[in-house]
Amino acid sequence: MNHLLSIIIFLPLVGILAILATRSNETVRATTARWVALGVTLVDAALTIYMWSRFDGSSSAFQFVEQAEWFGAGTGITYHMGVDGISMLFVVLTGLLMPFTILASWESVKTRVPEYMIAFLALETLMMGVFTALDLFLFYIFFEGGLIPMFLIIGIWGGKRRVYASFKFFLYTLLGSLFMLLAMLWIYFTAGTTDIPTIINTVHFPVQAQYFLWFAFFASFAVKMPMWPVHTWLPDAHVEAPTAGSVILAAILLKMGGYGFLRFSLPMFATASEALAPFVFTLSVVAIIYTSFVALAQEDVKKLIAYSSVAHMGFVTMGIFTLTQQGVEGGVFQMLSHGVVSGALFLCVGVIYDRMHTRDIAAYGGLVNRMPFYAVVFMVFALANIGLPGTSGFIGEFLTMVGVFHVQTWVAIFAATGVILSAAYMLYLYWRVIFGELVKPSLQAIKDLSLREAAILVPLVIATLVMGVYPKFIFDITGPSVAHLIKQHHTAVAYDRGTLPSSVRVAQSGTERAP
Amino acid sequence: MLYAILVFLPIITSAIAGIFQKWLGARPSELLTTVGLFVSLGLSIYAFYDVALLGHAQIVPLWTWISSGDLTVDWSVRVDTLTAVMLVVVTGVSALVHLYSIGYMHDDPDRPRFFSYLSLFTFAMLMLVTANNFVQVFFGWEGVGLASYLLIGFWYKKPSANAAALKAFVVNRVGDFGFMLGMFAIFWVFGTLDFDAIFKAAPAFAGKTFEFAGQQVDILTTICLLLFVGAMGKSAQIGLHTWLPDAMEGPTPVSALIHAATMVTAGVFLVCRASPLFELAPNALAFVTFIGATTAFFAASVGLFQNDIKRVIAYSTCSQLGYMFVAAGVSAYGAAMFHLFTHAFFKALLFLSAGAVIVAMHHEQDMRKMGGLRKQLPFTYWMMLIGNLALTGVGIPMLGVGAAGFYSKDAIINSAYLAGTPMGHYAFWLTLIAAGMTSFYSWRQFLMTFHGRYRGLDHHEWDHHHDPHHHAPALEEVHEPARTMLVPLGVLAVGALIAGAAFVHFFIGDAVFWRGAVALAFGHHAEGEHEIPVLIEFAPLILTIVGFGIAYYFYIMRPELPAQLAARKGLLYTFLYRKWYFDELYDFLFVRPAKWLGRVLWKLGDGRIIDGLGPDGVAARILDATRGAVKLQSGYVYHYAFAMLIGVVGLATWFMMGWR
Repeated sequence: MNHLLSIIIFLPLVGILAILATRSNETVRATTARWVALGVTLVDAALTIYMWSRFDGSSSAFQFVEQAEWFGAGTGITYHMGVDGISMLFVVLTGLLMPFTILASWESVKTRVPEYMIAFLALETLMMGVFTALDLFLFYIFFEGGLIPMFLIIGIWGGKRRVYASFKFFLYTLLGSLFMLLAMLWIYFTAGTTDIPTIINTVHFPVQAQYFLWFAFFASFAVKMPMWPVHTWLPDAHVEAPTAGSVILAAILLKMGGYGFLRFSLPMFATASEALAPFVFTLSVVAIIYTSFVALAQEDVKKLIAYSSVAHMGFVTMGIFTLTQQGVEGGVFQMLSHGVVSGALFLCVGVIYDRMHTRDIAAYGGLVNRMPFYAVVFMVFALANIGLPGTSGFIGEFLTMVGVFHVQTWVAIFAATGVILSAAYMLYLYWRVIFGELVKPSLQAIKDLSLREAAILVPLVIATLVMGVYPKFIFDITGPSVAHLIKQHHTAVAYDRGTLPSSVRVAQSGTERAP
Repeated sequence: MLYAILVFLPIITSAIAGIFQKWLGARPSELLTTVGLFVSLGLSIYAFYDVALLGHAQIVPLWTWISSGDLTVDWSVRVDTLTAVMLVVVTGVSALVHLYSIGYMHDDPDRPRFFSYLSLFTFAMLMLVTANNFVQVFFGWEGVGLASYLLIGFWYKKPSANAAALKAFVVNRVGDFGFMLGMFAIFWVFGTLDFDAIFKAAPAFAGKTFEFAGQQVDILTTICLLLFVGAMGKSAQIGLHTWLPDAMEGPTPVSALIHAATMVTAGVFLVCRASPLFELAPNALAFVTFIGATTAFFAASVGLFQNDIKRVIAYSTCSQLGYMFVAAGVSAYGAAMFHLFTHAFFKALLFLSAGAVIVAMHHEQDMRKMGGLRKQLPFTYWMMLIGNLALTGVGIPMLGVGAAGFYSKDAIINSAYLAGTPMGHYAFWLTLIAAGMTSFYSWRQFLMTFHGRYRGLDHHEWDHHHDPHHHAPALEEVHEPARTMLVPLGVLAVGALIAGAAFVHFFIGDAVFWRGAVALAFGHHAEGEHEIPVLIEFAPLILTIVGFGIAYYFYIMRPELPAQLAARKGLLYTFLYRKWYFDELYDFLFVRPAKWLGRVLWKLGDGRIIDGLGPDGVAARILDATRGAVKLQSGYVYHYAFAMLIGVVGLATWFMMGWR
């Protein structure tokens, strides 16, 4: 299977064609679309697991690499795809979460079902493309393209204020990306290529230029993360998005920013990254504390979880810019863990939203009396969000703080207060929604998880616990690649300082073009 | 292998009882978890024999937990003497509490959930005490915190129970904040989080400093203080104690197991486990002594005038934990562990006896409505009497005969005296006064419950505060609870009587028993009784007798006096009755500002400033312009999507190709 990666990425497009080809009445088309989408995403999920099984974790090189002519020889732009230990697991995460989102929309989406499924399948292709593209041009297409289906998902299938939210989302992310596009054009004209590994290994930007480039990319990634203070689109987008949209937004789309920092900022603009790390730390710590307090005051379930996402992403950016093995690996792990946990939390909210059609915390209370199974599942994810050891949430927070303690002790101290605050807002939410007497008349007939809902949530419970108790299976994949990334970064910094022995430089650039 | 079974059996039974509760039903869940715990207890006794007595300490590695770069953390089962002592305490009390709960929870519809939680707690506690590195300790640490949260809030319909559960978790997290920073500092300094490697490398860092915020700060002192902040949270020391009295909202067996005998002692265990580090940080030890002594005094003073039978014991626990920290602070780790050991017996006994009284009183906990129950509850009466004798440390110093607390508490007071440091003297006087107060509140509680006149049916002025469903029964209706509840009391009573005399020579000053599991730098002080002046040696006993005398005077000879005293609302009385105003202070300092800050940052920071200056202005304009377009095209979503994708690609391509 030489084209495994392309097959994984473009398979959903085949699903789109199948849905488009169905010509029948409304009901039949809706049913077909559902089943096609589920089938395609399930096959794709299986393929990502197959890819994982064939992935050599001990190597830090790009694997499953595909390269083909695109705009013709000499343009420097090729169709170049591949995964390393950092990106591979994001592809797997995307692949594994997609069937759950399709299932979560099974009954709750009733209008324009074929279009809805098409939007999600297109989103899958685009998201996976972001994590696998090894060409700037290709990356940009996937990165920006993902905006469109998400914009539509929020704008068409969203809640009451969906138009406002979708435009806010679109404006924010598009404006951020414009700077990145300009920077990419500049890189292309300077380096004469858009090939990412080539740029990392052979091109060294002048330090001055690095700062401009760094900020241009930062503008885009910071919005995606989102980092404080460009986070305010997220709560609105989450609140208005349909459940599955929130899941994808929190679980995958937010990770593109962090991935971008790892793939571009650290190795390409190494000196700038190092110099601006304190700037990132500051924003991260402000995000952790500020948004945790805001979460404490929320009256809307989804907004609360959205704000907690911003706080958790603060740990990611903080870890990445420590440039230590623990910090960066912790950041990657935190992203994967948050992908599972926040996705699951939004699915949990979806469960009660489908029943009551409100997100007001005050509209609930005492659910455990009629929904004991739901209460247990929600508890597991709430605890993972708090970062309880034994769940996946702990590992990432712990490692990023271990990393940052070496570099900037103050930052670790401030970040650790997030541990207290997350417990406060999450358990306060849990109390108001789940515990207490079931007194509200509207809730008297509420039903516990259906079989379909249990089938969605139970695997995620297992994933959360396994990642918390035996995270080694992830570190085995990420470890060498992260170590390699840090080495690349340090080599580049040394080069900029002029302290790098020339022999090392040659050896460095010799090894990278590995297939 | 045996040790792995010992640790993991409770989580297996917990999972089965929890997941299959609907199919299993109540009785099989009870039996499964209880039998599982007794198996673990058997293995623990074997471990104690093999490890503590025969000296076969061992570390069983299980699998790698976290590995990132040079940081490796393993799951493992470490059994040395310190662990073995904890194993016996934890599984012993837990097994008895499981058994007791079968009777106590008999009418509760959620019994499988209760027993599942109890076993989950035991598992987490076992992981904590068998850890071979700080991170696994932290796993158990947070795990017991979770179980405590779940069990305090077990009756989830009560708002007060939910509030207490939340408070317990969050206050503990404040301590964990320190614990985590301590771990980061340890890894930063030592490059590992494994106990043996750290303790081996520690002497090289004694007295070394690092620069922080422009100051030179002692490395090991910093680490020890951070770890101790964690210990303060878990062991409810002054400042972070406010959750423990509220935790009494949980069912009484939970109070006995978690909030008296085991979980709250985890902080003491941590300090003893890290004793090789603390030994190198004298200033940290002085702080430990200070906090311990202050807590011992403070909590005992608050316990003087509480009217809820469980709250009195809760403050007593808080105070006794202070004693243990005093011992650790003056480097008498053996005495600290010894008091932990004996305290587990008599405090569990007191709580479970109180539980028997509460059940007999139809869940009335106000001692002002009790009195004269001795005839009705003769067995419980004797159990409570033995518990009180042990707690107040009754015994004859010269002969060395007495109940459990006599050996361990006097050892602590003597150690503080012998430490000879200013902090040691501070601790000596405070623990000595606290011993007197302990005697007063214990016997006050005992006399109010079992002696005097039955007041259950009196009309009380405070009744309107009370839950209307709660009515104290008529005296004739009060009778002893089920036998499954009484057997554990008997077992614990035997322990409370003889555990002191039987084990004193192992715990205190016996290097062979400990085999390096705790630092024994000043161990000889505790046993060197000849150095202690006779008056000092008799002082605790004298104060205990005085305390008893005052209680007897107020509650038997002049029973009308306490009510008059309370009605006058004197300054000191109110100050103590309101628990030194800690809750009010924290509400004012932390809880309200946090809520206020959240709203301000949300409405003002996010709403007005960030959104107002940024996207809202822009978005509003664009929205006006495009609202029509959305309406027009949304019918053809995929055309729209396709057109936009092509548009972006085309535009970018045109740029790149055209400019080449």
